[in-house]
Order: sequence, then structure tokens, then C-alpha cells
Amino acid sequence: MQSQSARFLSLFCLIGLWIAASAARGDPSVLPSPVNLLEPFWRELTQGPLLYHLGRTTGRVVLSFLLAMAAGTALGLVMGTRPALDKWFDPWLVVFLNLPALVLIVLCYLWIGLNETAAIAAVVLNKIPNVAALVREGARALSPDLKAMATVYRMRPSTYLRHVVLPQMGPVLTGAARSGIAVIWKIVLVVEFLGRSNGIGFQIHLYFQLFDVPMVLVYSFSFIALMLLVEALMLQPAERRATAWRRA
Amino acid sequence: MIRADIRSKSFGPLQVLKNIRFEVKQGECLAILGPSGVGKSTLLRLVAGIDKGFEGSIQRPERIAFVFQEPTLLPWRSAIDNLLLVHEGLSREAAQAMLVRTGIADKADVYPGQMSLGQQRRLALARAFVGQPELLILDEPFVSLDDTTADQMLDLTADLLRDVRPAALLVTHDKREADRLATRMLQLSGKPASLGPVPQTFSGGRAYQSGRK
Repeated sequence: MQSQSARFLSLFCLIGLWIAASAARGDPSVLPSPVNLLEPFWRELTQGPLLYHLGRTTGRVVLSFLLAMAAGTALGLVMGTRPALDKWFDPWLVVFLNLPALVLIVLCYLWIGLNETAAIAAVVLNKIPNVAALVREGARALSPDLKAMATVYRMRPSTYLRHVVLPQMGPVLTGAARSGIAVIWKIVLVVEFLGRSNGIGFQIHLYFQLFDVPMVLVYSFSFIALMLLVEALMLQPAERRATAWRRA
Repeated sequence: MIRADIRSKSFGPLQVLKNIRFEVKQGECLAILGPSGVGKSTLLRLVAGIDKGFEGSIQRPERIAFVFQEPTLLPWRSAIDNLLLVHEGLSREAAQAMLVRTGIADKADVYPGQMSLGQQRRLALARAFVGQPELLILDEPFVSLDDTTADQMLDLTADLLRDVRPAALLVTHDKREADRLATRMLQLSGKPASLGPVPQTFSGGRAYQSGRK
């Protein structure tokens, strides 16, 4: 409870600093205070296209997240448990980990075209190496004793994966998911900024061209709020469930 | 029935086992004694099929159970789930009955981490016997237990061996454990290690030296 209070106090201090900075600047068109954003936010929500663009961005984030987590987890598990394949794929992983997100986005648009496939591919290719690297480390630490136990008792591969491997990977996977969703939505915004005609990134691009700082902030904070809700209502409870046995 | 003919087992250039032949029939318990580090656990891993890299052949039955030195349980699953997940098709009633038999009936729904080491070892024993194994491998299953608990575990294991009658292979460096459970004994010794009769003077065990009865 004290920890929660501290978090709220910290958040209020940040908002207080924002209000103070806004007052010091004295120009709401450059740095509006949070109060100045309420009216445009409500207008965009009830009469404007905020929900539509929020929906498009959310769809891209969810699809990219699922694809990147599935492919990254599979690749990481294979690399973490098969040293020969790890040696083969490790240089690829290093290259992709160090490839700037912007380069991949631009290349995907150039090679595939300015379409949804290129947008999703760019985000997924950016995130797979991070997930694979995290999962690989987790897979390397899998218990050899439990593997021996599963071998002797002839556990089915699906049972072994679900009840032996995944619980050991739980902290790694939830960590990858939490960091993944945070990175993915930022990349999705850049993808939309550069090459889509809808989504939060597109709206930010539009209002950037109009130099409309309050609207840039309205769209940005709407999505940040949504991501905070996903974190609080989905990712944190999932992590708590996965680690319940540790607290028992 | 198990029949092992291990001509050689090496780790890189180091040969650890050489010319090991033995048979264990149903209802028999063969104890293999030997000092730490001689290759007892390696031998068991070969027999169980965990390690397949050796020269020779091993005939083993389909249903195998292994009681490891450490309980090797799934810490994220309850005690009863540790039986049900490992033995697919096992009924909840049969699993509960085995927990009753091994004296941990009241622990069915708790996680292994909430159990004492003795209770975890009982659970490992329950997991091994509930599948009615044709071959049971016991790798120093009573190590790190106090004398009283180890004695209770020995009695329990002897009872279960009598009822289930698997071909059993017990590895220990405690001759008293072997005396209580085994129908035959062999000693693993030498470098590379091979099997031979247990010398009368054998006294390699921690419990034996401490005078446990």
C-alpha cells in the first residue's frame, strides 16, 4: 500500500512539474498544461477520430506483438537448447539487434510497399531479435534435472513444453512481453508516422506539420494511457499468476 | 527385467565405465555400491536412457521410474499435480491413494516448496511408484535426511518394493541401505570403473559410519 502511495505521489509530482514548466513558459501553444489538454481530448474523443486512430494503432500493436512474441520465443527456445543452431543463428541475431529500427522500417516500405504488410513486418522484424535474445538466455538456464525427469517418465513433448519448460520461462516471457509491448507501440508509431494514413503515429505526423503541440500531446497521451491500462490490467496480473507458486 | 552390457562410457578422452554387465529380474533389487565420483550416477543415467552416448546395449522395459538424488519435482505444481502431470491417464483417486500410502495425504494441494525435504522425498517416491514401474532406479534417494526420517523412508520404500515388485536398481554408498532393500549387491570401483563383488570390509557410507540402525 505504501508502495502504491509512493507511485501516485511520484506521478503527481511529475504532473506538478509539467504544470510549473507550462506556467513558466506561458505559451499554451508550445507547452500546454495538462488542464489545457482536457478540452481538446474530450472533443477528439466524442466528436473527432481519436477512437478510430486508437483502434488502428492498437490493432497493429496487438498483431505485431503476437507475431513477434511467437516467432521470438520459438527462435529463442531453439537457440537456447540447440548449441549448433545457436552458433549458426547468433551472428544473424547480433546483426538484427544492432540494425536501427528506422532502417528496417524504411527497407520494408521500399521492398514491400507502403502497405499494412510492410508496416507489420517492420515492427515484427524489429522486435523478434530482442525477444529471441531474452528467451535464449532463459532457455539456457532450463533445469537439466527436470529434463532428465521428463525423459525417464516419457512425458509427451506438449506436456513437457507446457508444464516444465514454460513455467521455468515464465519470468523471462513476462519480462519480454512487458518490454516488448513498450517497444512495439513506439515502433508502430514511427511506422505510422512514415508510411500509414491512419493510426496515432499518422495523427502525430499530421499535427506535427500543423505545429499543433496540444493535439500531438492529446494523441500521444491517449495511447500512453491505454498502454498503462494494458500493463495494469493484463500484463501485471499475468505475471502475478505465473509466479504465484514462488510466494506460496 | 533389465539386461545391461556396457562395454565403454567416456566423457571426451576420459573413460569412466568399462565392461559392465548385469541383469535384474522382476522383484529383484540390485544395489550398486561405490565411493562418490566413481560413476554410479552415470551408470544409472545410461540404464534409464537419459544418456545414450555409450558403447554396448541395454534392454529395458517400457515403464521406468527414477528417484533422483534431489527430489526433482515441479515446484510450480501442487503435490498431486506432480503425480498427475507425469503419469498421464492416472486417476485423481489413484494419485490421492498413493499420497496416503506415502504419508503426505494432507499435502496434496500444496506446492513442493512448502514441504520439508523429507516430504518432498516421499512425494518423489510416490511419483515413482504410482506408475507401477517395471524398472525402478533409485539414485541415493535418502541422502541429506536425518537418521530417523531416512529409516522411515527405508521402511516405506521396502514396503512399496514388495507390493509393486519392479526390477529395482539402487545406487548408494551406504551399505546399510543396501542391506535393507537389496536382494543382491555389487560394487563399482576402479578407473575406469567396473562391477565386482562387494568386499567384506566395505564401509563407504555416511550413515554406516554414523552407526544408523
